Amino acid sequence: MTAAAHHSEPGSIGEAMRKRLAGFARTLRDNGFRIGIRETQDALRLLALPLAARPASLKPALRALFCATHSDWDKFDGIFDAYWTGHPGRIKTTISGAPNKSRTPFQQLMESASASAPSGLPDHPERREAELQSESGKGRLQGASRFDTLASTDLRHITDPKDMEAAHALANRLARVMRARLVRRERTSRSGRRLDLRRTIHRSISHGGTPFDLAWRKRKVRQLRLVVLLDASGSMNLYTAFFVRFLHGVVDAFREAEAFVFHTRLAHVSASMRDRDVARAVDRLSLMAQGIGGGTKIGESLATFNRWHARRVIHSRTAIIIVSDGYDTGDPALLGSEMKRLRRLCRRIVWLNPLIGWKDYSPQARGMQAALPYIDLFAPAHNLDSLAALEPYLAKI
Amino acid sequence: MTLDREAISERLAAAGYIADRDLAVALWLMDDLKRPLLLEGEAGVGKTEVAKALATVHGTELIRLQCYEGLDQNAALYEWNYQRQLLAIKAREGTADPDTIEDHIFSERYLLERPLLAAIRRVTPPVLLIDEIDRADEEFEAFLLELLSDFQISIPELGTIKAISIPRVVLTSNGTRELSDALRRRCLYHYIDFPDVDREARIILRRTPGIDAALAGQIARMVAAIRREDLRKLPGVAETLDWAATLAGLGVHDLRQNPETLHDTMMCLIKTHEDRAQMTREVTARLLGKVA
Repeated sequence: MTAAAHHSEPGSIGEAMRKRLAGFARTLRDNGFRIGIRETQDALRLLALPLAARPASLKPALRALFCATHSDWDKFDGIFDAYWTGHPGRIKTTISGAPNKSRTPFQQLMESASASAPSGLPDHPERREAELQSESGKGRLQGASRFDTLASTDLRHITDPKDMEAAHALANRLARVMRARLVRRERTSRSGRRLDLRRTIHRSISHGGTPFDLAWRKRKVRQLRLVVLLDASGSMNLYTAFFVRFLHGVVDAFREAEAFVFHTRLAHVSASMRDRDVARAVDRLSLMAQGIGGGTKIGESLATFNRWHARRVIHSRTAIIIVSDGYDTGDPALLGSEMKRLRRLCRRIVWLNPLIGWKDYSPQARGMQAALPYIDLFAPAHNLDSLAALEPYLAKI
Repeated sequence: MTLDREAISERLAAAGYIADRDLAVALWLMDDLKRPLLLEGEAGVGKTEVAKALATVHGTELIRLQCYEGLDQNAALYEWNYQRQLLAIKAREGTADPDTIEDHIFSERYLLERPLLAAIRRVTPPVLLIDEIDRADEEFEAFLLELLSDFQISIPELGTIKAISIPRVVLTSNGTRELSDALRRRCLYHYIDFPDVDREARIILRRTPGIDAALAGQIARMVAAIRREDLRKLPGVAETLDWAATLAGLGVHDLRQNPETLHDTMMCLIKTHEDRAQMTREVTARLLGKVA
């Protein structure tokens, strides 16, 4: 490339072309690409180069510029061809994130659960009231008596929309409280291993250069990572809406958290759940709409997780939390072998089963039977108290 | 020096790296837009090799920073040579005035260059390889981001050091941790897949002296078939080359010639106990029947 080509201004390409490129950037953004102004500017520069005349080099160049992740990489070719070679039928815009669409089953589910309107906006009065109460004296969870009873009520029996909303907010906050405690515990348990020369010498200044006061380097403790796999099948119907809120709280509060939702297939939903606004986060879950309330294939969902996600989301200090009733319409043998595989990968597997809270429950479901040998903690999750009881366990990992 | 795409392709091949066309475009773009290149892909597809080849292409030095958990600025950027500083203080005690000593011990003589500082202080821009960035902590990633946009480093005792030349930066990631959006956006992106049969055969031919083309083709097809099996750890290009070298060393000219040897040398490719158990003689024979 010549020096002249290098410094060519964006102005040297036509207005029409510029519009077309902006349209392309917009199409990519609609498909989940994260493209800023800089990328678009760089792309304009590219178009002005002689190279741009050949589509064979333009495509890989724009791809290197606009893609940021592997999934972008996979999608790019299709979108590029559709946009530039004019087969608009092939443009596949993702369903999630688009604002005004018809109600999806998931949203309906959430609405039926928390009947009245803007559920849990950050400054929703209900939550503010609850927080105020919690500040006065006691621990945040045991704020007020009304919440006390709420915390121990089986979630199936909460029908009043107001109570429901309060329970949801409480679940969300519980997740945050758990984070605060877990982190505090880590800070006190560190110990030094290596001499920190930089700091030692700095401290020696006050002793006239003789290093009396030694400084040590501490090994940084990895923060516990929570990976939550939530069963959103028909049999979990009564609990799903509530756990989605818990999930949102966990993902929002823990920097190290990943969320997955499964029924007959598995979807990675951390990105949607990271949205501060609960209602919008749930909207974005609409991707999972198909199949909600249908059957469950736990084994296959776990297989997908192990094969495609486990390596990325699991590190040396990861606890997996599976929230499911264990009713599996798939093959229990597969569930068993996938649980075994998962067991090897992570530190702890916690299985939360809302049914444990029921009277006379014993894990008879075949899927549950197959999974039991690989579970570290098999705990109830039918009310908020049972979720709060998890925290001391997780802190010890 | 800016090379165009064809020149980069040719020189990569001359350096022993058989690249696909798109990678050559990305490498050219790196120079043109002055952005770092982020390479992702399964372990063993030759991400690190790209940086080595790029250094050869431009005839410059390769400076490598291997990331690991707990990597901090002292190990990546610079460190004072404390032992020498202490000695210098003691040696001059009572003889020089304190200010002189201070100026002296905080001079460049006592500065230990680590890869990042080294990379911006070369006269000819080197290739800076930041290997496995996903293993470093998030704090380090944020720091790196700052360095990659300003190309200057401030050392409190010495002042700001500006880059003499802007290095070509290649980052690799294995996906053990999700990288931040900011870093991703800062970089050009290229995903390296396992090479297709044809390209892998060319790589084998290129890197294994004295192997014949027919055998290289068979090996490439066999490895491709093995990668389609449901294994825990798929063999990478390095493994393929090991296997090719082993087979060539054993005097094998045709994979069908001796299925026993084939199965026994499979340890070059299959590296976990579980996968080994899965690749039985029958499976090997079945795959061989398909490809040879």
